[in-house]
Amino acid sequence: MRLAFILSEIGSGLRRNLSMVISVILVTFVSLTFVGAAGMLQMQINQMKGYWYDKVQVAIFLCSEGSTAAGCAGGPVTPEQQESLNALLESPAVSQYINDFQFESKEEAYKHFKDQFSNSPIVDSVTPDQLPASFRINMKDPEKYQIISETFSSQPGVETVIDQRQLLERLFSVMNGASLVAVGIAGVMIVCAILLIATTIRLSAFSRRRETGIMRLVGASKTVIQLPFILEGVIAAVIGAALASATLWAVAHFFLGEYMSQQYPDTAFISSGQTLILAPALIILGGSLAGISSLLTLRRYLHV
Amino acid sequence: MPCRVLRAMIRFENVTKVYDQKARPALDSVNLEIDRGEFAFLVGASGSGKSTFLRLVLKEDRATSGAVYVAGQNVAKISSWRVPRLRRGIGVVFQDFRLLPQKNVFANVAFAMQVIGKSRSVIRDTVPEVLKTVGLEGKEHRMPHELSGGEQQRVAIARAVVNRPGILLADEPTGNLDPTTSMGIMGVLDKINQNGTTVVMATHDDDIVNEMRKRVVELKNGVVIRDEARALYTSIIPVVGQSRRLKDASGRDDDTENRLPGEGEAQR
Repeated sequence: MRLAFILSEIGSGLRRNLSMVISVILVTFVSLTFVGAAGMLQMQINQMKGYWYDKVQVAIFLCSEGSTAAGCAGGPVTPEQQESLNALLESPAVSQYINDFQFESKEEAYKHFKDQFSNSPIVDSVTPDQLPASFRINMKDPEKYQIISETFSSQPGVETVIDQRQLLERLFSVMNGASLVAVGIAGVMIVCAILLIATTIRLSAFSRRRETGIMRLVGASKTVIQLPFILEGVIAAVIGAALASATLWAVAHFFLGEYMSQQYPDTAFISSGQTLILAPALIILGGSLAGISSLLTLRRYLHV
Repeated sequence: MPCRVLRAMIRFENVTKVYDQKARPALDSVNLEIDRGEFAFLVGASGSGKSTFLRLVLKEDRATSGAVYVAGQNVAKISSWRVPRLRRGIGVVFQDFRLLPQKNVFANVAFAMQVIGKSRSVIRDTVPEVLKTVGLEGKEHRMPHELSGGEQQRVAIARAVVNRPGILLADEPTGNLDPTTSMGIMGVLDKINQNGTTVVMATHDDDIVNEMRKRVVELKNGVVIRDEARALYTSIIPVVGQSRRLKDASGRDDDTENRLPGEGEAQR
């Protein structure tokens, strides 16, 4: 009974304050979309880093069957060549610059490739044969990349030596910058949302002061008096958060999934499914912000 | 002593209430006892402390010193989350009715039961019964604006007593009504009192007080200057048990002497 009563109170409150409620929904929607966009950019960065990015800095790709590089004129790498490269890596001349290194076979390369490009159509057209085996090197000092490159580029059986960081670092710094901007805008918008929720709840409490006055006199508990107001703010914010989540999903699905992955088939994009893990976080964030700001407002403006 | 406390529905022990340190107290060491089932009028000019008295009973305000007991409980010792329970035991009626304009008669009365979580079936049974007690049977579906002032006040009384409180506080319930309608309202309050509810009514209406012949407590400048059973609105000879207080009060008469007798109580 009390629940039904509280629900009907919430309904009438939302109806009475419809324009304010809509503005709360829109402001939380926009602010949480920016929060979510920052989250999505970070997820995208992780996706692009792939399996090796955080573990190693330099990759020595070995010749495979289709290699066209000058060093691969002698065909795919032979076990002897691979053995001598391994020995060279372990020799004191080189090992003083590196922490450790790992060998990635064609099969392992295929496995990691599949993980990274799981959302991309390219994954179906690649076989383990097409992927080169490689040595992945964790440098003591990533700046010494040049030494490794000079030492190994001319070795037989080496297709190319790549400093992965250099390739992606610049892109990542742009994306990190973009997420900082998104977080900044989100912060301002969240302040707006909190203030707007507080104002809305205050108006709502004022327009229903007759009811709350009577509720107080007949001995309604604090919960019964306050809960409708708090839930009013929370419901509006949660609707805004749900809209933000849907927007992020749509961006991942239609923009990244259908447009960008066609334009840039060799880049790994996050899937629309992955953005859904942001949804509960956004909803909890929106709901708790609204709850706290409503509660603080009521403490001041609703005498219980 | 505990037995006396229990017999008294409302008991003020040396209660002083100061709103403003510089002004005189709104209530000045008031000792008063209103027994279970009693009907008492609280009379006095505006600013004499009637409303403060009612607010202290409801724990809307806290006494500056002294103790207020309601149904044997010291209200100062009731924690804030249990205040609603105290208020469920007290019905309140105002001069301005305070009905919800967008709800009909039934819904206005039912509201008092809904907010404390009474079940729908109990509400369906109780509300018509209470409306009958106040003489409004058959008007369940009227809206407040379709009712006369007297009928609106009956709705307000029905709402105040629907949860069967032990005490009914009425703050000038007839202040907005004509004499005939007022007598009707008094009949309702008397009926509720006959059913065992303690009624405390603050009023300026001398005709009603003279007609009812109930206990009269007269306040002046926050001091009880008269407490008489079966009394009139004005006493020919002020009879006060505590003569010291009478002297105190008469010494400070001047500031209220100029007030109009019918002046309304300050609204909260």
